[in-house]
Amino acid sequence: MKTLNFRLVLFLFALIFGVVFSIPSLTQSESGKKITLGLDLQGGLHMLLGVKSDVAIESRTKSIAASVKYLFDDADIIYDDLRIAGEGVVTFELLDKDDVAKATALLRKEIPGTVLTHNGLKFTLKMTPEEIVRTKKDAIKQAVDTIRNRLNEFGLAEPTVARQGEDKILVEVPGIKTQADEQRIRELIARAAHLQLMAVDEDRAARVGTMSPNEARSYGDVILPDVYNEAHKYLLRAIPVLDGSMLTDAKVGFDKNNEPVINFTLNGQGAKIFGDFTAKAVGKRMAVVLDNKVYSAPVIRERIGGGRVQISGNFKLEEAHDLAIALRSGALLAPVYVMEKRSVGPSLGADNIKASSLALALGFILVVLFMVLYYGMAGVIADVALVGNLFLILAIMSLFGATLTLPGMAGIVLTVGMAVDANVIINERIRELLHEGKSVAKSIEEGYDKAFTAILDANVTTLIAAVVLWAYGTGPLKGFALTMGIGILASMLTAIVGTHGIYQWLLPKIDKKRLGFWFGIKTEGKK
Amino acid sequence: MEIFKYDKPIPLMSKAKRFGILSVTLVLISLALIFTKGFNYGLDFAGGTLVQVHYEKKAPIEKIRKAITADKNYEDATVTYFGNDNEVIIRTKTSSKSLGKDMGDTMRELLKGTGNFEVRRVDMVGAKVGSELREKGLMALVLAILGILIYVSFRFEWRFAVASVMALIHDVTIAMGAVVLFNVEVNLDTLAALLTILGYSLNDTIIVFDRIREGIKSSKNVVLSDIIDESVTQTLSRTTLTSLTTFFVVLTLFLFGGEIIRGFSFTLLVGIIVGTYSSIFVASPILMWLGFSVKEFREKEAEKLKREKEKEKMRAMYEQGTV
Repeated sequence: MKTLNFRLVLFLFALIFGVVFSIPSLTQSESGKKITLGLDLQGGLHMLLGVKSDVAIESRTKSIAASVKYLFDDADIIYDDLRIAGEGVVTFELLDKDDVAKATALLRKEIPGTVLTHNGLKFTLKMTPEEIVRTKKDAIKQAVDTIRNRLNEFGLAEPTVARQGEDKILVEVPGIKTQADEQRIRELIARAAHLQLMAVDEDRAARVGTMSPNEARSYGDVILPDVYNEAHKYLLRAIPVLDGSMLTDAKVGFDKNNEPVINFTLNGQGAKIFGDFTAKAVGKRMAVVLDNKVYSAPVIRERIGGGRVQISGNFKLEEAHDLAIALRSGALLAPVYVMEKRSVGPSLGADNIKASSLALALGFILVVLFMVLYYGMAGVIADVALVGNLFLILAIMSLFGATLTLPGMAGIVLTVGMAVDANVIINERIRELLHEGKSVAKSIEEGYDKAFTAILDANVTTLIAAVVLWAYGTGPLKGFALTMGIGILASMLTAIVGTHGIYQWLLPKIDKKRLGFWFGIKTEGKK
Repeated sequence: MEIFKYDKPIPLMSKAKRFGILSVTLVLISLALIFTKGFNYGLDFAGGTLVQVHYEKKAPIEKIRKAITADKNYEDATVTYFGNDNEVIIRTKTSSKSLGKDMGDTMRELLKGTGNFEVRRVDMVGAKVGSELREKGLMALVLAILGILIYVSFRFEWRFAVASVMALIHDVTIAMGAVVLFNVEVNLDTLAALLTILGYSLNDTIIVFDRIREGIKSSKNVVLSDIIDESVTQTLSRTTLTSLTTFFVVLTLFLFGGEIIRGFSFTLLVGIIVGTYSSIFVASPILMWLGFSVKEFREKEAEKLKREKEKEKMRAMYEQGTV
């Protein structure tokens, strides 16, 4: 028997490589790089979220107004009629002409990204177009970060949160076991967690029951409902005392009745604003507002320093826990909404694996048997290459940590059918040459040589389709394109180089009188 | 085992007209189906919501239908069995943007009292995403065809490229016609199947064309139809067998791969059959009708060879001169 040849050695290496690197995936061991199962196979939640980035401008405008109020109060500048006049526009009026220079300098320094104009004592503070674009972009980026933080803190295995396109967010959470968990996760993501501390307008509070939202707006007020009783309304100053951006920590605690509450801590600036406000507003009420619902509105008894605030409500422990996560990870500057959602229960995922594995196994067996029946030993050689191909696909996918989806499984099944095509083409060529009466060695060499261009062209065109699908496909479809692409490339190595090597190695053993056994054809007495 | 044995060329090209008529008829019927009946767009392209519910026992489909359509928002909902009697799919055009409360939750409430069930899948696609996916899908098909056209013209000759792409369009159109005829839901995976057909059906065509290319270079004959007959007959076993192996696996996928990928496997199944037929009976006649001239091709090839030889000669002379 001839010694090992170059092609065979290459194939053996590929085979060993394939087996070694697919072991972690096949045994699902803890260590080593392995294939992750797609959401459709292991169950989970896939969502494409849109971002209402306009809302980010709205809240930025509000916070600009709040800053103006705070800066002027702090610098003893007297002003009136501070209001939000439109998207990114805040207007106010100064009462003292001598304050104009001071106010202008203060605002230009402290509130960047805005243009200040005035007509006499009437001032307009406007966000620049660049600032608006930047704010929208930031809102999307911040939404991605915030959602990621929330999911990570929730303690789930490997959630994916990524921006997709200009303004969409892709969220994938594998391994959700129950519907209740899925609901909690969805609520956690959706939670704006927009915390505001607002002053109650005590002067007009008594009339809230009959006041229209428009009338409230004319006073610079806003009407918000109680969280547990929609009918119970509060009349609040529209510009908040402070908001959640000044919060440093939020934790679940218990009040004296052992009910869960959320304790949060403000940063230095927040603590100072809060202290100053409470000192001035003793005897009045201050509302804790979360996502435009009033959670509580206690009367301020004395100045509150230290920046510690508590939210109480009839929380369930779970609810308080999720809320604390949302507050800690920050508010969503802009709300998100669902554009696409796919959720697969774990039992369905298991069913999908079962069905596609069965199809894969059956298809594989059918092809393997057919090749042996039709081609004899040549078929066995092709089958060896096919097994090598399967291992190689798994190994390469493992190394890249690729995701195996249901269409991906279909892609592997399809590759099994296509990979042997190369061998069918080669074997038919060899048979043809044998029929012409050429020697075994010559038939094999010439067969490979002549079959190569057809196989190459066929594979490249299939690859073109796979690449296009990969570029334009989403989620599971990318998985299909990936397995098919890898499978085709791997088949070039196993089905062409590998089988050629095996033939060359076996050549001395091939008996030209037993072509029926070796190539499945009847010899016609020619040499 | 040997099924096909080459004795003498089968005179296929003399019957090319008949196949041409058959193909044109099939394509026209398919186009008519596509434009009159239209695609049954599934969730991915039409948008809406799909909820898959698994019952412990046989699903009480009438009761489910009543329970859901009682809600005004879901009057358009359809309920069908999915794969087996325990499994139902509820489809509605409504889609909800809200994260907090989704259709799965609503359905769970509506279905209370219809038996022990489990909501196994909730897919929701907004209308905007649906139309985006549709555009992208069409784009993918066009791009793939273009890519193939360029590659084949580069590897063969433009007439080969046009013939193979016409065969491809023939295959994809008929596959789409079958999809419409059998009311198969068109989703992203159907698109994947169509793209796979593009790549796959071309494989067979290329096997034949590769042989024709070889025949043109080596055969003593100059009549294209004879060379084509010779080549097609010689490769008949190849084209049929390669399709057969793939047909086996797609058939197992269709029969055992589960309901979810049935649309995918059905489309592929049709595509493989049509693709094999077209590479033998459609692509080659088109090549003939496009007026491919063997003589011209040989002259060109000879010239190319001559030029290369001249180049070599020049190079040799040049090298000799400098050494």
